[in-house]
Amino acid sequence: MFQWAINHAIAEEMRRDPTVFIIGEDVGKPGGPFGVTRGIIDEFGPERAVDTPISEGAIVGLCVGAAAAGLRPVAEIMFMNFITLCVEEFYNQASKMRWMFGAQVKVPMVVRAMTAGGYGAGPHHSSSLEAWFASMPGMKVVMPSTPVNAKGLMKAAIRDDNPVLYVEPLSSYRLKAEIPEGDYITPIGKCEIVKEGSDITIVSVGRMLQEALKAVDTLTKDGIKPELIDLLTVNPLDMETIYASVKKTNRLVIIHEAKQTMGIGAEIAASVQEKMFDWLDAPVERVAAPFTHIAFQPKLEQHYLPDATKLVTKVKQMLG
Amino acid sequence: MKISKETKIDLFTRMVKIRTFEDETHKIFMAGKEMPGFLHLSQGEEAMAVGTCANLTFDDAIYTTHRGHGCIIAKGADLKPMMAELFGRIDGCCKGRAGSMHFADVKTGCMGSNGIVGEGMRIAIGTAFAQKYNKTKNVTAVFFGEGATGTGSFHESFNMAATLKLPVIFVCSINFYAQMTHKSVHIPIEHVSDRAAGYGAPGVTIDGNDVELVYEEISKAVKHCRAGKGPYLIEGITYRHHGHFIGDPCNYRPAGELEEWLKKDPIVLYEKKLLKEGVLDEKGVQAIKDECKKLVDEAVAFARQSPQPDIEELYKDILA
Repeated sequence: MFQWAINHAIAEEMRRDPTVFIIGEDVGKPGGPFGVTRGIIDEFGPERAVDTPISEGAIVGLCVGAAAAGLRPVAEIMFMNFITLCVEEFYNQASKMRWMFGAQVKVPMVVRAMTAGGYGAGPHHSSSLEAWFASMPGMKVVMPSTPVNAKGLMKAAIRDDNPVLYVEPLSSYRLKAEIPEGDYITPIGKCEIVKEGSDITIVSVGRMLQEALKAVDTLTKDGIKPELIDLLTVNPLDMETIYASVKKTNRLVIIHEAKQTMGIGAEIAASVQEKMFDWLDAPVERVAAPFTHIAFQPKLEQHYLPDATKLVTKVKQMLG
Repeated sequence: MKISKETKIDLFTRMVKIRTFEDETHKIFMAGKEMPGFLHLSQGEEAMAVGTCANLTFDDAIYTTHRGHGCIIAKGADLKPMMAELFGRIDGCCKGRAGSMHFADVKTGCMGSNGIVGEGMRIAIGTAFAQKYNKTKNVTAVFFGEGATGTGSFHESFNMAATLKLPVIFVCSINFYAQMTHKSVHIPIEHVSDRAAGYGAPGVTIDGNDVELVYEEISKAVKHCRAGKGPYLIEGITYRHHGHFIGDPCNYRPAGELEEWLKKDPIVLYEKKLLKEGVLDEKGVQAIKDECKKLVDEAVAFARQSPQPDIEELYKDILA
């Protein structure tokens, strides 16, 4: 399962490297609010599985100072909305520190944040804020979509010498798959071509892969051959893979759970239109959340969130 | 506590070195041609910086504020790369990228100044965490002013440090102005040190212009931290001779206030004391002042001959 893939990746890295530790609210004895870090404290003790006060700024600040001093912290911030309380530590401190100090330090740290769209968790527990961090030089941001890449990206993130934000969707925790044993790494900064096709390129971000897979099934049955790319990393973007795909399909749609306005899709669309204008047969389109707030109310939340049906409709419009 | 003659001369020399560096910096900045950006000077507050850092080795860490030159010099950083940094030159300690407000000199344990008031505290607890995690006996001192005690960072960091028993010395220099607002306007209690009790930690208030007193109190704090007893707060009452920034007209200061504090200038007081005790004679004092002037002049000459960074520097070291 997805959540055990994260758990195993962290535990394996903690066994391999004594500088790796986990820290956050509930990560130790309680094993995480949804059990992701269950058992880690039993194997590694409270020195390396550190329960803290509810102090998001101090948790991430502590990670910055510990990383600059040579440790490799893996922090949990729980619901991604809580990250608003420590944007300072990412933006002014972690992401700038290496450059600002003339390469005197490295800041190898991982912060896990969970998105929870689709659960009726409401305006303070359901947001996808990755685009904020994707606009920060000096940060890396990964968005796993399957149990396999959840493991591979966590191991890559822990071994990376930079601050990495690891965005994990609550709705994927129970996704099942055979998890590769041992040293399985998914490289940061590379997309994965999930399915090859020739009619249109679909780029999915994070958990929207699951919706895109459903949409691809439907479209295939209708005789359309989409190429599906799972973005996996939103900072830095692997634009070369997307350009190559657009060269082949001449159409591009991006699906992400976050708002369309100022989102990852906007950045991809702008880059594709700058570099690939002559190869496009249709405007680049986005299937993403509208410019309003995510609701707790199920009917409103469902309308807000992108899904397979909305993606199918959009693709059919684009193919005329 | 018996302070050796050698230590007394060292304390005096470090203070004179800071004063000479900052007075020269002030002159060059006001001439308006060579030093870009903003400049915040700490003349008057040298005893806090020196009394603290004289207890520390390069393996102990300090975090400083936007007014951090004094602490960094006190810790033992080389004046040449510091001055080159202020000039924005490539041989600066941060390759000319950081300037006055964001100095770091990692090899001497100066882990970073900070342009965000209070933020050094959140990062300092991380370095202290690493010191404890690695079972060293090192400590981290974090400098801040009374203005920073209104930030969430102060509470979060102190609370976290106390909860996790981290070796952090919180060094609060009361200089009476949070930027331009007097202490009486924004702090509801007489002594910041009273707040330590809320975290179950020791907190003391001392005359921050008496360098030997600061030295003695910090040595107690260092012992406390090295013994694994958690954080310690020292509040030293001092005064900022200049305004918040260089160019600040200081129209918020009552007439005569500065003049009263100049009589309590920590360097003047200590010079008198050392002469009276016979630790130094007039000639000895002058020799120290001449040596400091020579070091500062050499630093300025070094800065002037160092080239400006190439444009490519803007794009280097963003990621490790």
